[in-house]
Amino acid sequence: MTLSAAVWLFLGIAYFLIPLVATFLFSLRAEPSGKCCHLKSYGFVVHNGDFWHTLRISFMLAIETIVISLAIFVPTVYWVHLKLPRLRPVIAFLALIPFVVPPIVLVIGLLNVYRGTPAWFYAKPWGILAAVYVILAFPYMFFALDAGFRSIDVHTLTEASQSLGASWPTTLFKVILPNIRVAALAGSFLALAIVMGEFTIANLSQFHTFPIFLQYVNETQAYPAAALTLLSFGITWAAMLSLLFVGRGRTSRPTLIAGGR
Amino acid sequence: MKSGRRRLPLAWIVTVPFFAYAVAFLFLPAGEVLAGAFKGVHGGWTLSNVTGLRHQPYLNAFKTSIEVSLVTALIGGIAGLGLAYAAIREGTPRAIRSALTTFSGVAANFGGIPLAFAFIATLGSIGIATQFMKNQLHIDIYAQNFTLFSKTGVEIVYLYFQIPLMILVIAPAIDGLKREWREAASNLGASAFQFWRHVGIPVLMPSILGAVILLFGNSFAAYATAYGLTSGAVSLVPILIGYYYTGNVLDNPHLAQAMAFGMFVVLALMMIAYIPLQRRAARWAK
Repeated sequence: MTLSAAVWLFLGIAYFLIPLVATFLFSLRAEPSGKCCHLKSYGFVVHNGDFWHTLRISFMLAIETIVISLAIFVPTVYWVHLKLPRLRPVIAFLALIPFVVPPIVLVIGLLNVYRGTPAWFYAKPWGILAAVYVILAFPYMFFALDAGFRSIDVHTLTEASQSLGASWPTTLFKVILPNIRVAALAGSFLALAIVMGEFTIANLSQFHTFPIFLQYVNETQAYPAAALTLLSFGITWAAMLSLLFVGRGRTSRPTLIAGGR
Repeated sequence: MKSGRRRLPLAWIVTVPFFAYAVAFLFLPAGEVLAGAFKGVHGGWTLSNVTGLRHQPYLNAFKTSIEVSLVTALIGGIAGLGLAYAAIREGTPRAIRSALTTFSGVAANFGGIPLAFAFIATLGSIGIATQFMKNQLHIDIYAQNFTLFSKTGVEIVYLYFQIPLMILVIAPAIDGLKREWREAASNLGASAFQFWRHVGIPVLMPSILGAVILLFGNSFAAYATAYGLTSGAVSLVPILIGYYYTGNVLDNPHLAQAMAFGMFVVLALMMIAYIPLQRRAARWAK
């Protein structure tokens, strides 16, 4: 290794590790002295009702987002590969649009359009918030599933299934779905990481999700906030590493999710 | 009716939920914002919201946002390029390369509130690094006009996701930089600087420009990180939009939409510049 390469790598490692190490050291401090080393911050997190409550809301939202986006995209992408290949570029283009629309823009438009809709939709996270998270998941779900469908022989599988007398639902659930399991999982991990970290839309639509709780603790209690920050990074790590793990041996390029910014 | 004529409409039906969903939750909201930018307070159409962006504080917000995005895109671009090249070039163990790309894949997705707090714990007024420098090295950075809760602070924090994004995007292009070129250049007596000046940078230039534009857009649309860091003290365009939208400080709600329209325009200009550059970059990838 040359000297210049070593210097670059050293500086890079320092810039990327110092904040992580500092956050960890910070989390070991405690009021009132601010001295090391306590586990009080972690105790605060574990015994905080709002922590579990908001974490649960965000997790349920992630599950809902995954279920809705799979329900939309699995049949659509399957059908496009089977019968409408000419439509694929159109859908790919539409699925990319959420990349270019800043979340702050999407949310003010969304709130204006749906103000006045029933409370079960407008005033509950399970309504409007889940609905827009599915949009954020569009690019990831589409491209994950698209790659999955491209790697299997959709026509042969479908014809074989139907000539054995299977109905469309049976073909979809028992033949196609097991074959694109890995792609569906990859899309789901990305959706999970987006929803668990999304702040902008939740903040402006005033729903108390996990990142909102994190911001509240940041503003009020410095040391426990460090413990929560590490936990939040841990969720991102876990989701992204699971993604690399399930995608092993395939086109498992690391992906960018912009939800958290 | 002939069966041949019925097949196409039936085949389309399966894709209807997707299109309906995209219209309801993507195109309607985005269209509402674009149309709202040109609506008057008392109804009717007007250009006054958009032309009003010439005045303060909007003009400053756009300047600050563009400046932060340019600075982090350029520094992030250079640092990401340097790091990616250091990890990929011959002589560096392969393990370092895969560790760097895996880490970049994760770090490019760190962002928002947790990232802001990690830097507060590091470089905030009672942060670990700040106190270390003050107590051990006797350098009090806060006494020297530095504060994390400023434009410079936002830039330092944004680099944490900008550099890894650059590494992810540029690594494939660096792979395309053939080893023989470097060897040929040094056989002909070229220094490292001359190799970069006349071979490396020109070959990589289209990819670098494309990546830097991507970084610009990435930073330009960011909201949560700056919000978590400064609670809105640095007025970037997204922060100002959020502030106006929730704060009800305005008698004209369409100004937030006009700013959003302005963001669309800036991002669209970036995208338009990106497409031809990407096409040129593709020529060298083979």
